[in-house]
Amino acid sequence: MKEMIGMLLAGGQGSRLGILTDKTAKPAVLFAGKYRIIDFTLSNCINSGIDTVGVLTQYQPLKLNQHIGIGIPWELDRKNGGVMLLPPHIKTKEGSWYSGTADAVYQNMHYLEECDPEFVLILSGDHIYKMDYSKMLDFHKEKNADVTIAVLEVPIKEASRFGIMNIDDNDKIVEFEEKPPEPKSNLVSMGVYIFNFKLLKKYLEKGHELHEDSDFGKHIIPMLLEEEKNLYAYKFKGYWQDVGTVDSYWKTNMEMISIIPEFNLYEEFWKIYTNFDRQLPQYLGEDAHTDTCIISEGCEVDGVIKNSILSPNVIVGKGAKVTDSIIMSNCIIKENAVIDRCIVCEDCIIGEKSKIGFGENIANKKQPKIYNTGITVIGEKSVIPDMIVVGKNCVVHGETKKGDYKDSELPSGETLLAKEVKQ
Amino acid sequence: MKFVGIILASSKNEKLEDLASERAMASLPIASCYKAIDFTLSNMANSGIKKVAVITQYNSRSLLNHLSSAKIWELGTKQGGLFVFTPSVTKDNAFEYKGTADALYQNIIFLKRSQEPYVLIGAGHHIYKMDYREVLKYHINNNADMTIISKEMVKNDELSSYGIMKLDSDNRVIEFEEKPLDPETNIASLGIYIVKRTLLIEILEQVISEGRYDFVTDVIAKYRKKLKIYAYLFDGYWSNIRTVKKYYDTNMDFLKFNIRKQMLLDYPSVATRIKDDPPAKYNHGAKVKNCLISGGSIIEGEVKNSVLFSRVCVGAGAIVSDSIIMNDSYIGKNCLIENAILDKQVIISDNQKIIGTKENPIILKKGAVV
Repeated sequence: MKEMIGMLLAGGQGSRLGILTDKTAKPAVLFAGKYRIIDFTLSNCINSGIDTVGVLTQYQPLKLNQHIGIGIPWELDRKNGGVMLLPPHIKTKEGSWYSGTADAVYQNMHYLEECDPEFVLILSGDHIYKMDYSKMLDFHKEKNADVTIAVLEVPIKEASRFGIMNIDDNDKIVEFEEKPPEPKSNLVSMGVYIFNFKLLKKYLEKGHELHEDSDFGKHIIPMLLEEEKNLYAYKFKGYWQDVGTVDSYWKTNMEMISIIPEFNLYEEFWKIYTNFDRQLPQYLGEDAHTDTCIISEGCEVDGVIKNSILSPNVIVGKGAKVTDSIIMSNCIIKENAVIDRCIVCEDCIIGEKSKIGFGENIANKKQPKIYNTGITVIGEKSVIPDMIVVGKNCVVHGETKKGDYKDSELPSGETLLAKEVKQ
Repeated sequence: MKFVGIILASSKNEKLEDLASERAMASLPIASCYKAIDFTLSNMANSGIKKVAVITQYNSRSLLNHLSSAKIWELGTKQGGLFVFTPSVTKDNAFEYKGTADALYQNIIFLKRSQEPYVLIGAGHHIYKMDYREVLKYHINNNADMTIISKEMVKNDELSSYGIMKLDSDNRVIEFEEKPLDPETNIASLGIYIVKRTLLIEILEQVISEGRYDFVTDVIAKYRKKLKIYAYLFDGYWSNIRTVKKYYDTNMDFLKFNIRKQMLLDYPSVATRIKDDPPAKYNHGAKVKNCLISGGSIIEGEVKNSVLFSRVCVGAGAIVSDSIIMNDSYIGKNCLIENAILDKQVIISDNQKIIGTKENPIILKKGAVV
């Protein structure tokens, strides 16, 4: 019997990330070059001494499954425990897609019962942070809590945008207010919970009976508060980011390349582990220029890289310029191409002399809420031919050909989805 | 599988000076993130060899540590595996191998217990990429007793450091001279052999019983007329890092695209121990040209024509050129490093100058502080 096991919710779509999560679950999206977003939570688990983690998948899980495998990089390949991928599945009488965070955990009660832990740690797979969950467990035990919720302090003037926890002098949660116009505190739930297993089981069943789309934040926590259970707030101090929008994803990545980043990947303590196939050096050629950037293994760089992040195995040809951009794995940026303030997803080819990200800052016409801060996103496995100009807040996906572009141009705010996708 | 692999990583070498004073040659760091032995080990694994014995002797700690992550080279676990042998004191043996044939003989049980019909023997410090299955096919087609992998070398002074062979029109070896003063041909043995396992056992037992211990002079040269020995000519990149100059030049060779492509980028890949380092970071002021860089490094100065290994820091205003900087070394602000080989964990404080020459790169030992 394990003391505490983790249940990692990695099933959401992350729809505000647009084409970034079109074919890939949000936790599998690359971050800071070589990591995938789920690596942070998984590494936190093993660094905290948690060696049994259920990963609940649902949306577009292929890349995620392949990345996690049997958990070797995070020492989660174990005979007793380890990582268990938990997709929705049919059980004897019923089974359905996961409709809510609590519903997903509820549907895997048999996994939990087999593990039979004393405590269950509920996590999500889409946040960037370093946290020692064992310290949170110590706090939970000290307070004799039924549930402990990790909370983050936000600037008081922003507090009314969030669900706020009001606590007493003993850190006990007395009230939960959703987006209060006059917030009484500035503590926001991080979506990280420690439950006593027996209690979790009881309330997941209750939640399942009452709500079809049973959710921890919306239903379970308020229910526990109403029934006056012992809920405590564990104050987390440290860097934490939810990279849920195209803009916040881009900004958070860019924070990693500042001279002394707030979130330090370069310290030996609390390493972040990831899965990658082969170790290769990166080569910077005679014509390479690098200024304030992060470059991953296997890259061959002959162009200018400024304020940008390159994932593994990216080829940047002579004369090419990449600025303020994120280029994901295996992309080929051909000679003299210019890329400015873009996110280029995995396995893309950008043709010679093409210019991506040039034009007026007009919001994307089809999805203005997603692409409106001047960032153009090229979806995975796309091809942009030579000598094409693509504007700002554009979306391109697929193997596009010269004929797809009027006057070799895609104006700002436009979306181009080609019928064929590169294999 | 048809053959087992044996990697000889047991010889001593004075010519590498401080670089090999505390590490086996097979442990020498190559091309920014590999160790020399990774190349031969990967060749073996990629050629379908499932069982490999590494025979080591001097300064083996670093090598043993590296090989402990055996899973990486994907050698079989059920019917094969990676075995590491060091000399062991028994009533017949002493603390060291008396020569390469003795090194093999002292581990003859490995040969006797194996079922595979053929053995591939190579050194741990040669840098090349080869599919040994091609050589095995050649060996079997010729009905050879032994096949020596060879190369046509450039006709220069270096020829005398090899075993030089004279071949007939079928590439059968008719003459073999170890390190001749006046080489007759430019066909050199690369020190990689395929031989039938049972024949090898027979020869080793015979040779050792006669008090002879060197594989090249006491086996090959001696048996060249008695056995059918064929030469397999290899024309890819091959380097033996047995001197400081060769070590330096080999690393610098990886700065050339065609070498990198052949050796590292093309399938199949070279496997090495995985390091969990973050991507290399280039801060404002970094100027990097014609270099190999690995993870965990933070660059703020100028680096050119150099090979940097993992977690190397180059301070602002520093200029590093034509140098090899190994893991975890730190180069302070405004330093000038030229034609140097810095071993692991070397610390150069601000404003220092470390300048060597192309013919004689200056070497700083592991852990040196300047």
